Amino acid sequence: MMMTRIFAAALAAVGLSATALAVEGDTHAPENYAWEFEGPFGTFDRNAVQRGYQVYQEVCASCHSMNLMRFRNLGQKGGPFESEQYPNPNDNPIVMQIAAGYQVEDGPNDDGDMFMRDGLPSDAFPAPFENEQQARASNGGAYPPDLSLIVKARSGGADYIRSLLLGYEEAPEDSHLSPGQHYNAYFAGGAIAMAPPLVDDIISYDDGTTASMEQMAEDVVTFLTWAGDPHMEARKQMGVMVLMYLFIFAVLVYLAYRQVWRNVKH
Amino acid sequence: MSGHSTYEPKTGIEKWLDSRLPIIRLGYDSFVDFPTPRNLNYWWTFGGILAVFLMIQIVTGIVLAMHYVAHEAHAFESVERIRRDVPFGWLIQSMHANGASFFFVAVYLHMFRGLYYGSYKAPREVLWILGVVIYLLMMATGFMGYVLPWGQMSYWGAMVITNLIGALPFVGDAIREWLWGGFSVGQATLNRFFSLHYLLPFVIAGVVGLHIWALHVPGNGNPAGLEIKDPKKDALPFHPYYTVKDGFAIIVYLMVFATFVFYMPNVLGHADNYIEANPLSTPAHIVPEWYYLPFYAILRAITFDIGPIDAKLGGVIAMFGAIGILFVLPWLDTSKVRSMRYRPLTRWFFIFFVIAALGLGWCGAKNPDDPFIGAVKFVHLAQFLTAYYFAYFIVILPVMGIVEKPKDRPASIEASVLGEDKS
Repeated sequence: MMMTRIFAAALAAVGLSATALAVEGDTHAPENYAWEFEGPFGTFDRNAVQRGYQVYQEVCASCHSMNLMRFRNLGQKGGPFESEQYPNPNDNPIVMQIAAGYQVEDGPNDDGDMFMRDGLPSDAFPAPFENEQQARASNGGAYPPDLSLIVKARSGGADYIRSLLLGYEEAPEDSHLSPGQHYNAYFAGGAIAMAPPLVDDIISYDDGTTASMEQMAEDVVTFLTWAGDPHMEARKQMGVMVLMYLFIFAVLVYLAYRQVWRNVKH
Repeated sequence: MSGHSTYEPKTGIEKWLDSRLPIIRLGYDSFVDFPTPRNLNYWWTFGGILAVFLMIQIVTGIVLAMHYVAHEAHAFESVERIRRDVPFGWLIQSMHANGASFFFVAVYLHMFRGLYYGSYKAPREVLWILGVVIYLLMMATGFMGYVLPWGQMSYWGAMVITNLIGALPFVGDAIREWLWGGFSVGQATLNRFFSLHYLLPFVIAGVVGLHIWALHVPGNGNPAGLEIKDPKKDALPFHPYYTVKDGFAIIVYLMVFATFVFYMPNVLGHADNYIEANPLSTPAHIVPEWYYLPFYAILRAITFDIGPIDAKLGGVIAMFGAIGILFVLPWLDTSKVRSMRYRPLTRWFFIFFVIAALGLGWCGAKNPDDPFIGAVKFVHLAQFLTAYYFAYFIVILPVMGIVEKPKDRPASIEASVLGEDKS
């Protein structure tokens, strides 16, 4: 039949164009990695989030801000330092200790002066630069993006960030890198201003884990995924309850429907 | 509302109220005893689903408005604050954002139902036109709502769409500045979009009231496309028959909705909208929300000047025309037969129309210069599908009504049900 043939042709066209897209462009597609937080029952590995925070703090934070994060977030439900003993994260001693490691400007006091004090759990993660101009001036004109939502703000998400962190390589001969640029095939265009941030053993983990590049990349991406979506575990747990409730409700209403319509042909 | 009322007030207070404000009578006649064709299939459940989603959007939206800050410097952060710090804010925000998508899925299925079963034909033209008005209001509301989180796509989407107005000859620039409240999308734009985004859903609710009123005068259409002749044989009271059937469909639809809200909250959005709006940095690829993509494809399909009309204005006219043509559809379709079941040829043209609409959505998501097959680019596919979209209304429906020989139709709704049962 004519119509069937048209549909078949249309379907074949869809297939052809998909293959055409796959081979074009030299930006690599992110490598798929089996994350523990993926899937409907996936959860964050607390130890990985804790280590990832250490990577952020000791490596990334020298250039990248996380303006949406507060120290208290680290101790909240679902966070890396969550503790049953301290339902209020502001009382959590680990969080208090982390916050107190920073000096924060506060004020004005009664004399009208600004002053420095120890950080509190309610304080924001301190940003490395005062403003965008300062950040650009310190980074050869490039602006290191805020990392609070970085996993959600890049298509490819966690896989993309991990691939990018591990994806530095020798620049091919035909690439034109300006001074201060590095070659990374996972980055659109290939030229990225960020120097390769991770080197084996650049930090030493508090929990004794070997700080290989892969380990650090996976940990920091887990941390960043949590930071972008801190209520993921609560969301998935509630989803199970809601879907079970709706399923039982649907079955009951379907039975009621059969009962009501039992004598009616339709 | 159609036929005489069967409501009998039983208690004293009902009798007292009935002679002063017969509101219980209205509800009873509209949603309890209302005679409804017995042969409605599941495509008829989307009206009820839409009513539920309008309520979900209004309730979640009112809560979000309690926490949202309509300011260039704070809007993005305030939405994140809702997601992070407001108790269950992540749930309410996700329901509202995904609810818009599910509202549009339901409205598209509802409209395709109407197109397939001829729901726009006499005596239901006003009912159909009110539906198109609701759809237009939904488009405006959805567009302004998408601007509020003030992400990159919010900002640049608003820039692209408002710039379309600038294509109008003579008055375009003035109207565009008036819409912006300045010389670009900015604080004034965000503030007024928030105000209108809060207002329009209540306008929609009002037009929905008229839509239901206009439904209850001629009564429901149905898959056989026949009118109710004998209510005893052809119809059933709305309650309990259709309350329970609609209820079941609503719950199943809510399950799909919940799957997105809880497990894929960002699948229907765009990653760039998690980057705060930056007027100095244009995203590589500006795309609107998925539910506007077919119209976006039509807009970009007009790449050539038509006489004195340049390509940009032509695109704007085509885009608005694609919706505007729905207003006159009842008078374009010349066939007296409502249901496509009995229109063997037009049925295929309708199926291809649905494919064309989906294909336009695909073109809208692609870069027009991306290759489709070989030298054929997506813009060419979009041009072909746009031509078909308009031809369906302007050529196919008027002509088919005259040349097509419809199949034999059953004598009544009851006969259509019993006849089907035998085969």
